[in-house]
Amino acid sequence: MTNQNNAPIYEAMKKHSQNRVVRLDVPGHKGGRGNKELRDFLGQQCLTLDVNSMKPLDNLCHPVSVIRQAEELAAEAFGAAHSFFILNGTTAAVQAMVMSVCKSGEKIIMPRNVHRSAINACVVCGAIPVYVNPGINKQLGIPLGMSVADVEFAIKQNPDAKAILVNNPTYYGICSDIKKIVEIAHKNNMYVLADEAHGTHLYFGENLPINAMAAGADMAAVSVHKTGGSLTQSSFLHIGKNINEGYVRQIINLTQTTSGSYLLMVSLDLARKNLYLNGKEIFAKTVKYAEYAREEINRIGGYYAYGRDIINGDSVYDFDTTKVSVHTRAMGLAGVEVYDILRDDYAIQIEFGDIGNILAIVSAGDRELEIERFISALTDIKRRFGKDPSGLFDHEYINPLVEMSPNEAFYSPKKSVPIEKSAGSVCGEFVMCYPPGIPILAPGEIITDEILAYIAYCKEKGCFMTGTEDMNIEWINIVERN
Amino acid sequence: MELWFTEHHTDDVDFSIKIKKQLYTGKSYYQQIDVFDSYEFGRFLVLDGYLMCTEKDEFIYHEMVTHVPMAVNPDIKKVLVIGAGDGGTIRELCRYDSIEHIDMVEIDEQVVRVCKEFMPQTACKLDDPRVTIYYEDGLKFVRRKDNEYDLIIVDSTDPFGPGEGLFTKDFYGNCFSALTDNGILINQHESTYYASYVDMVKRTHRRIGSCFPVAFVYQAHIPTYPSGHWLFGFASKNLHPIYDHKPKEWAKFGIETKYYNSDLHKGGFAIPNYVKDVLSEE
Repeated sequence: MTNQNNAPIYEAMKKHSQNRVVRLDVPGHKGGRGNKELRDFLGQQCLTLDVNSMKPLDNLCHPVSVIRQAEELAAEAFGAAHSFFILNGTTAAVQAMVMSVCKSGEKIIMPRNVHRSAINACVVCGAIPVYVNPGINKQLGIPLGMSVADVEFAIKQNPDAKAILVNNPTYYGICSDIKKIVEIAHKNNMYVLADEAHGTHLYFGENLPINAMAAGADMAAVSVHKTGGSLTQSSFLHIGKNINEGYVRQIINLTQTTSGSYLLMVSLDLARKNLYLNGKEIFAKTVKYAEYAREEINRIGGYYAYGRDIINGDSVYDFDTTKVSVHTRAMGLAGVEVYDILRDDYAIQIEFGDIGNILAIVSAGDRELEIERFISALTDIKRRFGKDPSGLFDHEYINPLVEMSPNEAFYSPKKSVPIEKSAGSVCGEFVMCYPPGIPILAPGEIITDEILAYIAYCKEKGCFMTGTEDMNIEWINIVERN
Repeated sequence: MELWFTEHHTDDVDFSIKIKKQLYTGKSYYQQIDVFDSYEFGRFLVLDGYLMCTEKDEFIYHEMVTHVPMAVNPDIKKVLVIGAGDGGTIRELCRYDSIEHIDMVEIDEQVVRVCKEFMPQTACKLDDPRVTIYYEDGLKFVRRKDNEYDLIIVDSTDPFGPGEGLFTKDFYGNCFSALTDNGILINQHESTYYASYVDMVKRTHRRIGSCFPVAFVYQAHIPTYPSGHWLFGFASKNLHPIYDHKPKEWAKFGIETKYYNSDLHKGGFAIPNYVKDVLSEE
């Protein structure tokens, strides 16, 4: 049994920094002396601790000492067979999952409302995504989870698929019945990969949806930096007992940096310790704040802050109550409009706004003040801008028509055409609003008039659009056909 | 031996008062609370190290936040006071028999308890039957009110610490809703003398101006506040602080004041050029 009070990377770095070792290695800022403005801005301590791998500090690509120990502690804390430190963002963790179980031409079942990183992985490794249509909540206009029947159907249609990818939860806080999905996947010799970019807290809080490792999933990508308190870009990739650790490490090392940041690593190490020791309390406080916010926002009228009330036993099997998702359409504003007003007029930055909803991330780092300000600002926005909702787009999810695999489409000969003239073509790149980063179009999908109308609407409402080669999203790359 | 209280007015300027005795020290959920007795200023209240009011000069602040709006709209009946745990604003309002009801919202009950015990000069009217005290966040209280108050006085601490939410646009917007058609909002508006306060004054003025059609700033001289030159905000839905000023009607109240008078009412809105410049900057 390891001791979760330990933080091996933290302790080794502390010891190392006290040794006053002469730095004749990289990084070249040499503890900040080589870049004084940066040192003064970020602080001496931060620059002192920005070091390279060395014997006493282990090596991320081939961990044998303190990083290895820290990974073992993380595995224990998260209930995994093994855990990897991922420093290229959860994007890298998601890609490592897909690439660990799928080779070129092999199928992976996933809901269409995955993060772009999952489809990106298919572009890179040539895996073929088989999309399960997530349910839609018509009133809210948000994609839900996968229903068990739809997953079963996809398995029956694609018995050769290697894996099923599950969002646990989605950005909006919605969980599929992951336990049941694991059961049927394993029965059919498929792996279950969980995108838990928004699910760190599920491992430590009480009365929250089940986490992927506890549900028996084979791999899970966990963005500790999102709700777990580590620095931006740091994540864990957890694996279960049926996955080969050495092979996964090789896959990770195909693309992950060889100059792993110790600032990111130590933040993961200390976040794991803090979550293990105090997580229960931290997330109880988070849920308390979120529940309070929901109650108060629903009292304003016109807004709908949804919670466990949208659970339907299938495509919304469970709901993550730490998320404060608010439907804004009924008071006549698109979510992205409320998102912009909150930032520009009230100096409140929330996580994102889409066509019909906004999402605020609440955490134990908040105080009553932040919650009260959010609620007060929503009250004032309704007073100032509230109007008749007619004329607003009423739903968000459009079923994709997949013509070819993302990999094939992305690497096909392409040509650039004005986006409004692209209907009927096969898309050669991504189009999405970021956040949430769920593709509206992915490579290989048919561009339709309905999708173009939706993209135009998103642009008009001020969504931050990304994905295309053309930075203005006025031209789009389509696959050239013979 | 000498005992001194020192407040940093800026990184490079200190303000110190020689202390006779410390009367109270304690920490509430929200802040550090101290009360001292001094030779020059009498008793004074300190929150998180910042001087809030002294017996010797509190009359200036409390008269200026109450009599100015009362002389513009003598018909004010229902008042909301936010903050004001020392009680000085309530004391001045209670001198008007015509005021029917005062809601006071103070986030920190301990401040009120301490002031009742150690600052009786200001806290003396907190038990007036017209006064109801709510111990909660002003931001939360006001967003549930609609068309209810003729006057809101924001007698807050500085825009950092527990008073932070009371300098936000969401708060001013909700105050607008809570006020009646003739409603007036008075707020503690900080000072522009030292550079470190300038941005906040500017932002606050802009935020109020974006919510209220009428928004002015007036001034007073408060010796124990940073620079001694202090500003207040006067905002309303339609009443103008000078054009609608009613000195004759106000005189009928027969209230004796130590600082405020009808000439000074007008003069208070005549502000120095450097303040005008700050307020008009984008």
